[in-house]
Amino acid sequence: MTTETPILSVKNLHRDFKMGDETVHALRGVSFDIHRGEFVTIMGTSGSGKSTMLNILGCMDRPTSGHYILDGEHTEKLKRDALAKIRSQKLGFVFQSYNLLSRTTAIENVELPLLYNSKISSAERRRRAVEALERVGLVDRMNHLPNQLSGGQQQRVAIARALVNDPVIILADEATGNLDTRTSYEIMMIFQELNRQGKTIAFVTHEPDIATFSGRTITLRDGLLKKDVKNETVQDAKTAFEALPPPENFDN
Amino acid sequence: MSPLTLIKIAIRALLRNRMRTFLSVLGIVIGVAAVITMVAMGEGSKKSIKEQMTAMGTNAIIIMPNRDRRGGVQMESTESLEEADVIAIRENATYINGVSPMITVGGQAIVGNNNSPTALSGVSADYLKIRNYEIEDGVMFDDQADRMAKVCVIGQTVVKNLFPEGDPIGKTIRYKSIPLKVIGTLKAKGSGDFGQDNDDVIFTPYQTVMKRFNATTNIRQIYANSIGEGYAEKATEEIMGILKERRSWTKPTDPFRVFTQEEMIQMVTSTSDMLSLVLTAIAGISLFVGGIGIMNIMYVSVTERTKEIGLRMAIGARGRDILLQFLFESVIISLLGGAIGIALGIAASETVKIAMNWPMSVSITSVIVSFAVCFTTGVFFGWYPARKASQLDPIEALRFE
Ligand SMILES: Nc1ncnc2c1ncn2[C@@H]1O[C@H](COP(=O)(O)OP(=O)(O)OP(=O)(O)O)[C@@H](O)[C@H]1O
Ligand SMILES: [Mg+2]
Repeated sequence: MTTETPILSVKNLHRDFKMGDETVHALRGVSFDIHRGEFVTIMGTSGSGKSTMLNILGCMDRPTSGHYILDGEHTEKLKRDALAKIRSQKLGFVFQSYNLLSRTTAIENVELPLLYNSKISSAERRRRAVEALERVGLVDRMNHLPNQLSGGQQQRVAIARALVNDPVIILADEATGNLDTRTSYEIMMIFQELNRQGKTIAFVTHEPDIATFSGRTITLRDGLLKKDVKNETVQDAKTAFEALPPPENFDN
Repeated sequence: MSPLTLIKIAIRALLRNRMRTFLSVLGIVIGVAAVITMVAMGEGSKKSIKEQMTAMGTNAIIIMPNRDRRGGVQMESTESLEEADVIAIRENATYINGVSPMITVGGQAIVGNNNSPTALSGVSADYLKIRNYEIEDGVMFDDQADRMAKVCVIGQTVVKNLFPEGDPIGKTIRYKSIPLKVIGTLKAKGSGDFGQDNDDVIFTPYQTVMKRFNATTNIRQIYANSIGEGYAEKATEEIMGILKERRSWTKPTDPFRVFTQEEMIQMVTSTSDMLSLVLTAIAGISLFVGGIGIMNIMYVSVTERTKEIGLRMAIGARGRDILLQFLFESVIISLLGGAIGIALGIAASETVKIAMNWPMSVSITSVIVSFAVCFTTGVFFGWYPARKASQLDPIEALRFE
C-alpha cells in the first residue's frame, strides 16, 4: 500500500487569512497522504481548520504555502479555470446543508455537474444521473423537488450529485451535521457501501461515533495535525443502525 | 461548455423564477411596443400626407396674395389676383400645362327635400387636370361657351346626397336659391386618411361665381400645374414674372406667394419627421428604462442566487460559464420582451388604425432596430451583474445566507 503513489498528498500545508492587521493561521503546516480506496474521517474541535483543509483538498481554495498533489497534478500552481476543471472532473463535494437547487428536480440536480463537461451528451448525462440515483436508492424519487424530500433524502441526492462525474475522491464536510442519528447512520451506510465499491472518501465530522465507520481518522488541532490513526475495528453502519432504538420510542 | 447547454441552463433558471422573469420581460415589452406604435404613427401620418399631396394633383402650383406683416399684425394685401392674371398666365407661360382660378362660396346645395352641405368652387375647365379629376358622366363646362352659365359638375358624394335615385345629369340644383343645371359628374376619388372627402365638391365656372354669387372681380387663389416634375421652379419664376410685368412691379418683395407641391410636401414631411423623432425619443427612453429594469432585476437575482452560484462553481463551473449563464438570461429576457413587444406594437398599431381611423404604418426598419436594440440592451445591462456573479469566490458564495 505504501509503495503505491497516493491519490492525494499534502505537504507542509499553510493557510493564513488576513483580517485587517491580524493574520489567522488556519493551517500551520499539515502533511499527509490519502491512498486510493481509503475512507478517511477528519476530526477536530471547532476552528481547528477542518473546513479550511477540505476546501483546499476540494480545489476551491489555495494554500498560502505548501504542496497539494491530487491524482498526480500539482494544484497549488493552477489558475481559477484549471481548478474549476479539476472540480468538474476529479472531485465530488457533499455539504452539510445539501445545497440542492430549489425548484429543480432530483434528477436535474444530479445532472448538474455533467452540464459543465461539454464532452458528455445529454443522453449519457441522463443515464449516468439515473445510475447515481440508483446507487443512493432514490430512483423512484427522481422527479421530486427538494422541498418534497426529507433531509436524509436530500443528502442522498447530493451524494448522487457528487458521484455522477465519477470523481477520484468524494469530499464531505459535516455531511451528517443536519441529520438525526438514525438518518446519519443511513447516510453512513451509503458512504461505507461506496467505499466498499472502491471510492476514496474524505469526510469531515466532529462526531466520534461517525468516525468509527471509517478506516482512518486524522485529527487536527489549531491548524496542526495532532493524530493520524488507523481504526483497527471499523464499525458496520448497517449493524449500528439496526442496533438503534426504533423510531416509535421518540413519541414516549 | 457549449452555448446550447448554457442557453438551456439559462432557460431553466428563468423558468424557476417565472414571476421575476415575467416582470423584467414586461419592462421591455412595454418599451418595444411603444417604439413600434409611435414610429408607426409617425410614419403613417407622413405617408398619408404625401398621398394626400399627390391626390391634390401632380406638379400643382398655388398662387395666393402675399399678406404683409407689419409688427406682427397681418394686413390684407393691397395686391389682388384677377381674371386677367389667369388669362395672361394661360397665354404666355410656357412651363404651365393648365391654370384655373379657385373661388369658393360656402353654403348648401338643395334638390327638393335633399341637401348637401358642400362648398361651391368656381374654377375653369383646366382645374380637372390640375387636381386629377375625371368626368364620369356628361361633360365639363367650357370656359368660353359656358361663361357665367348656371351649370355645374358634381362629385359622387354630392350625387349621393342630392340624387339618391341616381341619374343627376340634366337636373337642377339650387345653391343660395340660384338654380344650377348639372351637366357632368366626377369619378370617385375617395377620401384621404384624415377624413376630408375629395368627392364632396361642386364645380361651376368661376365667372358664374364672380358675377352671380360674390359680385367681385377678386380671385383668392390661382391653381396651375407645371409641365412635369422638376419644372416647378421655372414655372414659378415665369408666373411671378408675368404677374409682376402686368403690374409694372418694382418693389423688392414679391406681390404674391407661390407654393409648389414639392415645397409643401417638404414642409409637411419635415414637420412629421420632427414628430417621428420626438415620438421615437420618448419610446427610446422607455426602452432604456426597461433595460435598467433588467439590470436591477439581474443584480437582485445575482445576490439572491449567490449560494447557487457558489454551488455551480464548486461542482465545476468556470467564471466564464457563470458569466455567460447570466448574460444569456438577460439576453433571453430582452429578446423575449422584444418579440412580444413587436407583436403587441403591431397589434396596437392595427387597433389604432381601425378604431381611431388614424393612418398607421409599421415599418420593417423599426422592427429590426427594436430587435437589435433589445439584444444590445440585454448584453449591456446584463453585463455588470453577470460579471459580478462570475467573480464571486465559491467558498464565500456557498456560505452566503
Ligand atoms: N475566510 C476566512 N477569513 C478569516 N478567517 C477564516 C476564514 N475561514 C476560516 N477562518 C478561520 O480559520 C480557522 C479555521 O476555520 P475552519 O472553518 O477551517 O474551522 P472548522 O474546523 O471547520 O470549524 P467547525 O467545526 O466550526 O466547522 C478559524 O479560526 C476561522 O475563524
Ligand atoms: Mg467547518
